[in-house]
Amino acid sequence: MNVSLILILLLVGAFATYISGDKVASKVALFFGLSALGCSLVLLNHFNSGENISFLCQWINQPNVSFALKADGLSIAMLLLTTALTPIIIYTSFGTEYKNAKAFYSLILFMSFAMVGTFLAADGLLYYIFWELALIPIYFIALIWGNGDAEERKKAVVKFFIYTLAGSLFMLIAFIYLYQQAGSFLIEDLYKLNLSATEQLWIFLAFFLAYAIKIPIIPFHTWQANVYQKAPAVGTMLLSGIMLKMGLYSIIRWQLPITPLAAKEYMYIFVSLGVAGVIYGSIVALRQKDLKKLLAYSSLAHVGLIAAGTYTLTIDGLRGAVLQMIAHGFVVVGLFFISEIIFRRYETRTISEMGGIRTQSPKFASMFLLLVLASVALPTTFNFVGEFTVLYSLSQINVWFAFLGGTTIILGAYYMLKMYQQVMLGETNTKVFADVTFKEGFALVLIIGVLFFFGMYPKPITDLITPSLEEILKVINRV
Amino acid sequence: MNTNLALLLLLAPFIGFLFNIFFGKSIGKTASGVIGTLMIVVSFIVTLYFFGAITAKPEGIHISLFDWIQISNFKVDFGFQFDQLSVLWLLFVTGIGSLIHMYSISYMHDDENMHKYFAYLNLFIFFMITLVIGSNLLVLFIGWEGVGLCSYLLIGFWHKNQEFNDAAKKAFIMNRIGDLGLLIGIFIIGSLFSTLDYATLKTAIAGATDLNMYWISAAAFALFIGACGKSAQIPLYTWLPDAMAGPTPVSALIHAATMVTAGIFMITRLNYLFDLAPDVQNIIAIVGAVTSLVAATIALVQTDIKKVLAYSTVSQLGLMFLALGLGAYEVAVFHVITHAFFKACLFLGSGSVIHALHGEQDMRKMGGLKKVMTITFVTFLISSLAISGIPPFSGFFSKDEILMVAFEHNKILWFIASLASLMTAFYMFRLLYLTFFKEFRGTAEQKSHLHESPTLITFPLIVLAILATLGGLISLPTNSWLNEYLAPLFTKVATEEHHFGTSEYMLMLVAVIGGLVGIGIAYSKYIKQNLVPEEDEKITGFAKVLYNKYYVDEIYDSLFVKSINGLSKFFRDNVETTLSSLVFGLGKVTNEIGFQGKKLQSGSIGFYLFAFVLGICAIITYLFLAQ
Repeated sequence: MNVSLILILLLVGAFATYISGDKVASKVALFFGLSALGCSLVLLNHFNSGENISFLCQWINQPNVSFALKADGLSIAMLLLTTALTPIIIYTSFGTEYKNAKAFYSLILFMSFAMVGTFLAADGLLYYIFWELALIPIYFIALIWGNGDAEERKKAVVKFFIYTLAGSLFMLIAFIYLYQQAGSFLIEDLYKLNLSATEQLWIFLAFFLAYAIKIPIIPFHTWQANVYQKAPAVGTMLLSGIMLKMGLYSIIRWQLPITPLAAKEYMYIFVSLGVAGVIYGSIVALRQKDLKKLLAYSSLAHVGLIAAGTYTLTIDGLRGAVLQMIAHGFVVVGLFFISEIIFRRYETRTISEMGGIRTQSPKFASMFLLLVLASVALPTTFNFVGEFTVLYSLSQINVWFAFLGGTTIILGAYYMLKMYQQVMLGETNTKVFADVTFKEGFALVLIIGVLFFFGMYPKPITDLITPSLEEILKVINRV
Repeated sequence: MNTNLALLLLLAPFIGFLFNIFFGKSIGKTASGVIGTLMIVVSFIVTLYFFGAITAKPEGIHISLFDWIQISNFKVDFGFQFDQLSVLWLLFVTGIGSLIHMYSISYMHDDENMHKYFAYLNLFIFFMITLVIGSNLLVLFIGWEGVGLCSYLLIGFWHKNQEFNDAAKKAFIMNRIGDLGLLIGIFIIGSLFSTLDYATLKTAIAGATDLNMYWISAAAFALFIGACGKSAQIPLYTWLPDAMAGPTPVSALIHAATMVTAGIFMITRLNYLFDLAPDVQNIIAIVGAVTSLVAATIALVQTDIKKVLAYSTVSQLGLMFLALGLGAYEVAVFHVITHAFFKACLFLGSGSVIHALHGEQDMRKMGGLKKVMTITFVTFLISSLAISGIPPFSGFFSKDEILMVAFEHNKILWFIASLASLMTAFYMFRLLYLTFFKEFRGTAEQKSHLHESPTLITFPLIVLAILATLGGLISLPTNSWLNEYLAPLFTKVATEEHHFGTSEYMLMLVAVIGGLVGIGIAYSKYIKQNLVPEEDEKITGFAKVLYNKYYVDEIYDSLFVKSINGLSKFFRDNVETTLSSLVFGLGKVTNEIGFQGKKLQSGSIGFYLFAFVLGICAIITYLFLAQ
């Protein structure tokens, strides 16, 4: 048994969903999503018992490309994040009707397939293919099922597509160069390369462009808020919950170990860039009128901190980053679902048109508040574990980095509580707001449950990822 | 056994929270209140057990539950530590907590969301216990932020009122400024000593030979910032007066007796660290003294009964910080305890008054209440005497010790603290006279409804008044039980038993006279001359500055809030659009190159031939030159 099973399952799921027809498409997709999750859990079990669940076979002879899937603690953690969030995301869509549902749900599974592939691939070209493949479904999801004015949406989505594609091309060039040096795309071979400092710098920058746009890191983030706003809730969740983690994951998996000299040389610059994103994103989030845009900028701030953590090149930074990636994935999906629940009732995302909801819907208000608290990293939430670890790693580089990055706990509280106050509190709204339905409540409870459980007991995840991160750190420190 | 009891102690309030959240509405108001109260009583009883256990085992009880967070070279476990300090705090947190829960059953009975109120109050006690019994700084941090959350929830309990919500938000954010300081302190300690555990830290510091004093001072300073936020010291004190938006029992429990003392708890807990940073200690002492004076001056002219008490709390906390800064931890703890008694009593008493007047908080519309509200009046009087430092009430002993320590170290600090104490006596009796003496100044309708509060309200008042009277016994100047009890916590020998000579008695006399003078001024103004504070718009001169709290809120608002919002607007409207158009610009440039390039492919054979010949010429020339 190996990890290729998940890929097959998701791909088959995508096809099955498409041919199942509009009426049952959502349920078929959920079934395959859950199967993939179950399958990943079984694989996790195999992995923990010491079995090798990686997969390797020759794919193309000329050039030398392998179909290599590597399962270590890190990629399994990302695999679990993807396969856990996919069914939740599908489930959250159950309250909304989508036209041409079979294509819609099929694209979700296909996207999940591509993202899983990205996280597992251990061959540069294969990885690149999955990386780009993930862009196609989200492009259509955002373009066809998105909201707002069609022209504006098209502008935003096409910009996103071209922008990320252009950034990734530099990564492709870097891979071609690396292939010429190593004669193989296999990650182990690339790890062994002894590149000069100049070579490393250029490759580092090429990777960086691809990742900085995808994550996004300031100032490459301009596509983000508009696409998050225009995409349907499901699309935004896929983007923010999982897809942007592809970039962060890739920093750890590809960029740092392949170009450690450059990473060490320019560490301060890139940590600073991440920290600057924290402050910039938080400040911009303060004055947003649109709920989804506000969440987009909050996301920008959070991933800035994660990126800063990865670039510290310390075990705490890497571990905190991975923990925070998972925590952020869940909380951001939850928050975008909250915005969708409000939209279902009030048909608006403009914050000033809300208010006075709490008195009408106590359950919804409590769940929303719990997610807000997780987002501002209150201790006992998983986000705190991640954020604390990352900030600790920053303090090891320079205590001022921890201070500047730590402003997120002040600014984050500011914009989130301000938003909560404007959306939920105040005199009872004249428009009726029905409390959460069972389905909505169930999805939210699941997400909140994950966040609080691992907030108190992160050990299983820490134990899963730590050995592989230490391996990677060894590769980084080989020079 | 100990583990189970510790879990019972901790989880009883949490179970109360869960129960009230999920079933509180259906079981009815009284039942939800009773269950909420009983859960705290359970915790109180278990605390009594631990009190006994610690007396038998002075080195303390350590319990580790599981590994929580993994940091590079050390693990932070989820563990508890029961020792003298934590048990002492537990005693008054759960003890006063029980009384205030009980009081709330009656006080909040007309509120439709009473079950939620009790849920939050239970949750608060849960986090407060976590804060107190945690065995390391990170578990303390759980409680630290958790009580901040409950404070947020309870200040904004009446969430239809956006002003209350603003106050709640302000409290949370200001606390978080402090929390960042606390976190930085934790980071520094973690990297210096590779542990966050109190016991290990203590041994590490005791055994270390070459300590990095610079970083230790930095850590102590950062931790002090955290304490400033939670315990409302300059410059992070402005949230506490606003926090009075919450129900009055909440002000008594959270914003007077327990949560705001967390900063003092933390500094006392890490006394061995602060002892190594004399510069930081000086800062603490100065900040404490200045805060106590500034807050006392503001309290002189406030007309809202709860605002007076709020500034009084800030001022008293300042005195405690003064003691901490002078290294007299046990004195600070003593004042924490007596203050918890009399200030809780004062807040609950003001709640009783507000309850009787159907929500009126303006002292200008009170007066003459002593005739109808005898129990409230007597208990209020006792607590006022206690806070004014009149013997033999508890506040006399604790405040006197602070003044005495200050006098030993620095006469200026002593003078500031004495002045603050004199003012305290004045504004407390101003409050007392305006509220309970002379004729009632409210509406006729209010007057017809005046009544003494029910037993559920008066009983806690009586108990607290008794404690406020007798509390001083735990640390008499010549024979201090408290100092002996706390001795194992401190590395330095606790302030040597005062040699009680003439100068000490003189100091004591001066302090008492100061208190009496304050009371006397209040008496002459508000009883003899029968003055009532003027309407807001008639206040002029320096009184106006004081009445407006030195305009600190306005200054903070324009300095920080406005500027960050302006920056946000600038980023949103200018930077974001510029960056975005840059990206589009790149696209446009590409487009333009393509558009111009397209012209080359015009389809005209003549042009192609021309270009072809030109190209060949160029190549030939190049080849020639290359040779």
